Amino acid sequence: MTDFFVIPAKAEIQSSKPPTAALDPRFLGCGDVSEQQTEPGFEDQALPATRVRGYWQSVFYRLRHDPVTLVFAAIVLLIVLAAEFAPLLAPFDPYKESIVGRLKPFGWRDHPLGTDELGRDMLSRLLFGGRVSLLMGVVPVLIASLIGGMLGVLAGFVGGRTNTAVMRAMDVFYAFPSVLLAVAIAGAMGGGMANGMLALTLVFIPPMCRVAETATTQVRALDFIEAARASGAKTMTIIRYHVLGNVLGPVFIYASSLVSVSILLASGLSFLGLGVRPPLPDWGLMLSTLRQSIYVVPLVCALPGLAIFITSICCNLVSDGLRAAMDVRM
Amino acid sequence: MGRYVLRRILYAIPIAFGVSVVCFALVYIAPGDPLQTVLPPDATAETIAIVKHAYGFDKPLPMQFLIWLGRVLTGDFGVSIATRRPVILEVSDALANTALLAMFAVPISFFIGYVMGAVAGSCAGRWIDRVVTGAAVVGVSLPNYWLGIVLVIVFAVHYMLLPATGMGPHGSAGFNLLQWSNSKFLVLPVVTLSMIPVGILARTTRAAVAEVRNQDFVQTLRAKGLSEWAVTRHVLKNAMPQVMAVMGLQFGYLIGGSILVETVFTWPGSGFLLSKAIINRDVPVLQGTILTLSLVFVATNLLVDLLQSLIDPRIRRT
Repeated sequence: MTDFFVIPAKAEIQSSKPPTAALDPRFLGCGDVSEQQTEPGFEDQALPATRVRGYWQSVFYRLRHDPVTLVFAAIVLLIVLAAEFAPLLAPFDPYKESIVGRLKPFGWRDHPLGTDELGRDMLSRLLFGGRVSLLMGVVPVLIASLIGGMLGVLAGFVGGRTNTAVMRAMDVFYAFPSVLLAVAIAGAMGGGMANGMLALTLVFIPPMCRVAETATTQVRALDFIEAARASGAKTMTIIRYHVLGNVLGPVFIYASSLVSVSILLASGLSFLGLGVRPPLPDWGLMLSTLRQSIYVVPLVCALPGLAIFITSICCNLVSDGLRAAMDVRM
Repeated sequence: MGRYVLRRILYAIPIAFGVSVVCFALVYIAPGDPLQTVLPPDATAETIAIVKHAYGFDKPLPMQFLIWLGRVLTGDFGVSIATRRPVILEVSDALANTALLAMFAVPISFFIGYVMGAVAGSCAGRWIDRVVTGAAVVGVSLPNYWLGIVLVIVFAVHYMLLPATGMGPHGSAGFNLLQWSNSKFLVLPVVTLSMIPVGILARTTRAAVAEVRNQDFVQTLRAKGLSEWAVTRHVLKNAMPQVMAVMGLQFGYLIGGSILVETVFTWPGSGFLLSKAIINRDVPVLQGTILTLSLVFVATNLLVDLLQSLIDPRIRRT
């Protein structure tokens, strides 16, 4: 499904323009004066035309004026809140089985979304399932950004042999289609939630590393790094103040685009029986167990997938909006 | 050109080697003894030692790897634990079935995705661009295993037009493409499988075309008085290398990543074989399938890189 979905090809990253925000002086805390001319009619026209807006200010300005992104961000927030407060919102116990109430349609005896193959309330399970699915979507991306990002910065900043060694090692993992790699690792380790997350983390590290490495290499060649070094800054200081500031943007954007992929892949693993184990509710797992019942209650069986789809598309659109606002080109 | 081709081919060798190391390691990252699946639970220490020796597990790890690699290079992937058939036969049968799906999914999805992206990129900002971009986001966000289930619910359960799962009517021998009773089993898997590549290609192509259209040479072409159609042709040609890189990746996905779709439709391809191997803890099949699929993927990437350098000479210089 990443290559599958949107893990960028080597050529895709390399051939595209450098991430503009990363090289933009705005990112270094200098002011942004261009905004006023390109977006007329903002705030108070009486202000002097050279009013300076910081980088993050201009990012938030663009986000505030992007209703599509805002709406979808609100939906993502709602989904997260619904998952977080599942114990309060769920009308039934998600584990409570009922022999008579199996596979009932929408609205059957106070079960607004029907019941599953063991008579458990679908709405409650969907709410609780969101916790697991979101967790499996976010945690691998976070860990992979951390590890991959560090590796990438290291490879990009040190350069030379280290760079070659790290990036060639990553190339090996690039040689697997991402679903295949995730399935292979999770399959070999025997499934389970922790192993599933580990497998996804390993899948996401190489592309993350490549994004960080590309950005670092580009920044490293710039004059201001040379200037910092000439004025006596230590390597760690340069990395902390000059490199990271320019690398975090692309890494963050890329990570945000991976969340949706991660949710899809994690549910896919659970669907294959390699992720979450029953009876824990998880969207992918629910879809897999309900698949046997599509002849009985087709609509109920389609619900978990719908939840995955809505979450994934909202995450994708928010990520697109963030990318546009932060002006990072992938 | 010759030097570039040679270098690129030589570069693929260490990658393929790395891939085989990872595949070999798969057995060892599994918790517990890799022999657990073969041995009866009440095996004596003596039996364990004999079996260990027979499988070569008593040798040091690098040695085991070399022996394994030597066997793999001669096409011996071992024997499936579940079916007792040679893994190479299992994998090649399955790969042929996957290739059958890909044979339809690749041209269909590449064509639709490319046209969508090219149109959207050429009309960037207009309503048709918005429609295509929206459709593409849906394509990349759809869990394809769910789409498969929904299509089955609609076309197999509700309208009863198309078969839900399997490959060919029950009991029939061989798969005859020309008979509708056979080929109708292809429709739903191919549609499901095409969804993601269409979305990704549309997005990539749109971005590439829009980017090229902003370059200065396009303005020059217009200033020279070229027709809009001729300008578009130039733009499309220049956007091609970027699009091709993604096509290569998507081709790999269609061959190697179809595991979820094949599982939904119980299509007896490589992905289905893999998911069966996982359920049965059939390590030789798991290893063999993954190794074969990733080598196919490496070869595809190599081919795409070479094709790219053919189209775009700039690549050869880097």
